[in-house]
Amino acid sequence: MDGILTLLSFGPDGWSDEIARGVLVTVSLALATLPFGLAAGFVIALGKISEEPSLRLAANIYTTIFRGLPELLTLFLVFYGAQIAVQQIVRLFGVSAGIEINAFVAGMVALGAVFSAYASEVFVSAFRAIPAGQYEGAYAVGLSRWQTMRLVILPQLVRLALPGLSNLWLILLKETSLVSVIGLADILRQTGVAARVSKEAFLFFGLACLLYLGLAVLSSFAFSAIERRVSASGPTR
Amino acid sequence: MSISRTADLDDLPPPASVKRWTTARIAGFVLLSLWGLLGVGILYFLIASWNPELLARYAPNYLSGLWITIKLVAISVIAGAVLSVPIAIGRRSRNRVTSALAYGYVYFFRGTPLLAQTFLIYYGLGSFRPQLEAVGLWTVFRDAWFCAVFAFTLNTAAYQAEILRGAVESVGRGQWEAASALALSRWQTLRKIILPQAMLVALRPYGNEIILMIKGSAIVAIITVYDLMGETRRAFSRTFDFQTYIWAALIYLVLVELLRILTDRAEGRLTRHLRR
Repeated sequence: MDGILTLLSFGPDGWSDEIARGVLVTVSLALATLPFGLAAGFVIALGKISEEPSLRLAANIYTTIFRGLPELLTLFLVFYGAQIAVQQIVRLFGVSAGIEINAFVAGMVALGAVFSAYASEVFVSAFRAIPAGQYEGAYAVGLSRWQTMRLVILPQLVRLALPGLSNLWLILLKETSLVSVIGLADILRQTGVAARVSKEAFLFFGLACLLYLGLAVLSSFAFSAIERRVSASGPTR
Repeated sequence: MSISRTADLDDLPPPASVKRWTTARIAGFVLLSLWGLLGVGILYFLIASWNPELLARYAPNYLSGLWITIKLVAISVIAGAVLSVPIAIGRRSRNRVTSALAYGYVYFFRGTPLLAQTFLIYYGLGSFRPQLEAVGLWTVFRDAWFCAVFAFTLNTAAYQAEILRGAVESVGRGQWEAASALALSRWQTLRKIILPQAMLVALRPYGNEIILMIKGSAIVAIITVYDLMGETRRAFSRTFDFQTYIWAALIYLVLVELLRILTDRAEGRLTRHLRR
């Protein structure tokens, strides 16, 4: 028991400082991915509800690809693909250098692509839930298209999309664990190192699971707070 | 007034549609041509790096990897379906302890990454080697394949239990009441009235769950199971040829799309009595 406490302490014999840094990396990767994923997802959703068939098709191809590929494969495609591409470009300039793509950035791109594909579906169903009368009413009082979107549609959209998006956030948080495979020092990587060195695999991987659970619980608190705020800002519809 | 006006308009032939180059249309065409370029680029890349030797060497590996993936998903989805029944019953139980246990199970497996769960079982259970050897289970839990199946079964059971529970709860209370008024037993009600309706609701989530499992199964490559992803990684590490990943991506895409179309068809066929 004492041994376990030492292993879990902060300090030279304990792993808690390393693992705490891992938690920070996991959270910052998920937080860094979120805005890009949301923005891209929103734009793709606009493409999907567009009246222009070619735009719809282009948006649907994107979702089909990124919802169909395993996240791990997407990550490898981005990681190795970008590496090879950058090396080719560098070779064009006559320099041969081994270039490593940053695992954090590769993770952001891959997870962001997957997140945006799923988020676009959430936004599309939220858009569909807003009756056409809202647009017509907004145009009738003389709002421009942009104003309608910003002042009338978006506030309702956020409320409708929030449950779906909170679900996607939890999935994103879990998927960041995949980036440990390409060497990012997140929760799973750090606990894995600790497990290998200390030979206490169950303890450390169990701890990793508990940390992810803790993050999930924290996020659901945050989301219910956001939900309360959003719904308190006015009567629903 | 407006009614007579629309009637007038209806009598007129529709105006010839004029296709104008709006911003949306231009954007759509540009994006589509980008996709087209990407497709042609990948095709060109595959043709340019066409290597019969590589194909002869690794195609059988890919096929066996694909088979492992399908086997892994099939076994764990079916075993998970069996396991999900008691969990779903536990979730609906009025006994506080039972429902709390079932809720804890579901919360744990849905709240943690599948990769961490797999590591916990594959590496973590090694901490209990003496105990496992004592019960004679060590040979089983030493095996990466079995650990993967075990972890995936536990994981999908949690998700499937929620699907099952949601589907059963989606059937109205009136159905239960009507059945009991007809003096059907609880089991008969469940089998003949509730489940047939619940399964229609559950079909799409089940299809999605299988797709998620196929995609999730790629991670077993990390614990040295040579599924499709594992074979891909092995081929890439030997050849450093990027086409190995492209082939894997194409296979996964086809697999998932096939499954999606199949689910759509099945749903369309099974719900044809609901169509108006």
